[in-house]
Amino acid sequence: MADSTMTMTDGDAASETGSGAEVAARSSDGVRSPRFVGGVLLLVLVAMWVAGWFSGTTAEEMLSLTVWGVMLGGIIALGGIGLTLCYGVLKFPNFAHGEFLTLGAYITYGSILVLPQTNPIWRFSFGWELLLGMVLAIIITAVVAIVLDKLLYRRLRMHGSPLVLLAMASLGMEFLLRGIVYLIWGSNYHFYYSGRANPAMDFPFGVRVQADQLFVFALAFILVVALYWMLTRTRMGKAMRATADNPDLAQVRGINTERVIAWTWAIGAGLAAVGGVMYGLASQMRPDMGFLLLLPLFAAVIMGGIGSAWGALVGAIIIGVAMQLTSAFLNPTYGPAVAFTLMVLVLLMRPQGLFAQN
Amino acid sequence: MDPAHLVKAFFLMLPTFLLGCLLFGRWRWPLRLPAAVLFGILVPLAVAAFIPGVMDYLVSFCTMASIYAVLSLGLNAQWGYNGHLNFGVAAFFGMGMFTMALFVSTAPTGPLALYAQQLFGLNAPFLVGLVAAAVMAGVLGYLVAQPILHLRIDFLAIATLGIAEIVRLIFQNERWLANGPQPFSGIPQPLSCVFKAPRCGWLPDWFLDATAVLQPRDYAYLYLVIVVIALAIIYAMLEAMVRSPWGRALRAVRDEESSAAMSGKHVKSLRVQSFVLGCVIMGIAGGLYAPFMVTIDYSHLNPLFSTFLVWVMLMLGGSGNNKGAILGAFVIWAVWSGTGYVTSGLESALSNIAPDIARRMSFLRWAFVGLLLAAIVLYRPQGLLPEKKRVSRFLRGVPEN
Repeated sequence: MADSTMTMTDGDAASETGSGAEVAARSSDGVRSPRFVGGVLLLVLVAMWVAGWFSGTTAEEMLSLTVWGVMLGGIIALGGIGLTLCYGVLKFPNFAHGEFLTLGAYITYGSILVLPQTNPIWRFSFGWELLLGMVLAIIITAVVAIVLDKLLYRRLRMHGSPLVLLAMASLGMEFLLRGIVYLIWGSNYHFYYSGRANPAMDFPFGVRVQADQLFVFALAFILVVALYWMLTRTRMGKAMRATADNPDLAQVRGINTERVIAWTWAIGAGLAAVGGVMYGLASQMRPDMGFLLLLPLFAAVIMGGIGSAWGALVGAIIIGVAMQLTSAFLNPTYGPAVAFTLMVLVLLMRPQGLFAQN
Repeated sequence: MDPAHLVKAFFLMLPTFLLGCLLFGRWRWPLRLPAAVLFGILVPLAVAAFIPGVMDYLVSFCTMASIYAVLSLGLNAQWGYNGHLNFGVAAFFGMGMFTMALFVSTAPTGPLALYAQQLFGLNAPFLVGLVAAAVMAGVLGYLVAQPILHLRIDFLAIATLGIAEIVRLIFQNERWLANGPQPFSGIPQPLSCVFKAPRCGWLPDWFLDATAVLQPRDYAYLYLVIVVIALAIIYAMLEAMVRSPWGRALRAVRDEESSAAMSGKHVKSLRVQSFVLGCVIMGIAGGLYAPFMVTIDYSHLNPLFSTFLVWVMLMLGGSGNNKGAILGAFVIWAVWSGTGYVTSGLESALSNIAPDIARRMSFLRWAFVGLLLAAIVLYRPQGLLPEKKRVSRFLRGVPEN
């Protein structure tokens, strides 16, 4: 299937690789340069702005939508960096990744119901019990991911199964986990704090952003930096990159690939759990949130380049902004369709994504 | 024997005869045909004589399983024969379903038009609707194949998943197309005049007398005959195609693409052809599904029912094997219906103890089917009936793999 490598560029992530004379928009095998693809995406976003403007939305509202799109991108990025990590190391698309988000959100919800309610921190809408619940959710989701790996994916790897079967198995796990969430918590939608006021803060140009949204974006950014730091500076990160590059060679060099894979699942699922909590906070908790976000998640990861943490963040922001901008002139439920179209657009021009190095 | 059961058994004879042809597939035709005829006459009579109470349920079960079998055959044409990982079966199924509905129904007029909107309603005959469903699904498949078919297999899976979601969202939100989120009802059933009043004018009197004992709801028997005939035609067509040079070229592209290209096979158009063929068959399944349900809406395109279940059927039955696709469809539909009974039993058992949990028991089936697919992939990925590596039917004496 894939031979995508983990990409940890030290310098400007959008720079092209290869010789400095590579200024053409298209390389020899028909793949466009990242700058070209970035330019096309920017044009698409501008076109969406114009379309929204012509459909009657004011410029101020479009600006608000853009800002909210960046915030939504933060949420998608939290799920996306976990997914890009797993995809890069394990080489198959984990269709159950959305369910890690759902699990994280619902476990936090369950813990909030049990823990005593505290006052909201600063101007956020949540108190300390949410953060405590989130930590618990991270641990439990990571454990679930590792258990799934040991029971199912590891056995398939030992059999030498083609990656297609792993993808199918992950689709099965998606329905299993979603069924479990439905069984335990029911099919109703919930809010973390129903009835609690969550006023937005005013910024210039008429933009109003909730403190929660700022928290989400800041958390996403911090976690992306932390992941990047881990992948480049720590031994486990280097081992992950080595396993992603060439698992057999990594084993020859003494890296315990099974341990690396377990850590990959744990970190990926933990990040997804945080993403789920943030989505539940910003929007609401629904049992199918994982499946709903699956398409934007994959779109962000594939656009950014599989295995690249910065790629996932940038891809997620582009997807988020696009989804919010199109809600000005399209039915908002078509958000995943917009994400999908952008993904196909990038795949047509540059299949390895924006930040991949080959 | 109750005359009604005898007449019902008569309707079941053609489907059972076709089943016999399938089951006795290893025998030569001079032996197969009489055996299947005998099978087709005796088995329905035996069922009508000894277990008549189960006949009505058997008919609805077999109709649904046959529709799923057509879907599995379509997926087999894509995945089994050409290695396309299509996680968007629901898109083409839904396209066929709604096209059939729009073609065969009449557009509502007057006050009803305020409640039920649809794009058009041609009141066309069933066969025209079926052809239209196949064509529209094929067109959608062709359009979809252009940008995404050359992608890596895992990207193709994600892309087809996206296409299915988009189709579902469109049929959910666009009121003017097919009544939006509200159900699209009143789809006429083909040849319903055979059972329902006013009876068809062209029916002979002896037929009218013989079926006088049946009730209008026994139309399901006639519809089973229609669906099974469609299934048989599609199966025969696919089996012939697989044994043809075209089928061999498809499998060559699946297994060794560069070698096939070196032999002069046009890889890209072969891949598009197999994908579009699978989509056409899925569209036919949708076209068969719409009159059976009479009322359809976007929730029938739920990925669990329309995509995932078909994949479980194909993986269990055996990918690359048309008989396996049909077998898998019937087995998994039996399992699904069985789990339905189990969960409703659990629901009533738990309803006094824990009413919240009881109401959610139906979701146990989701978890179970997920586990089932994981188990199949783990323990028997080739399925119950593995693919037969066959070069040509003229090499019958040569031992097969």
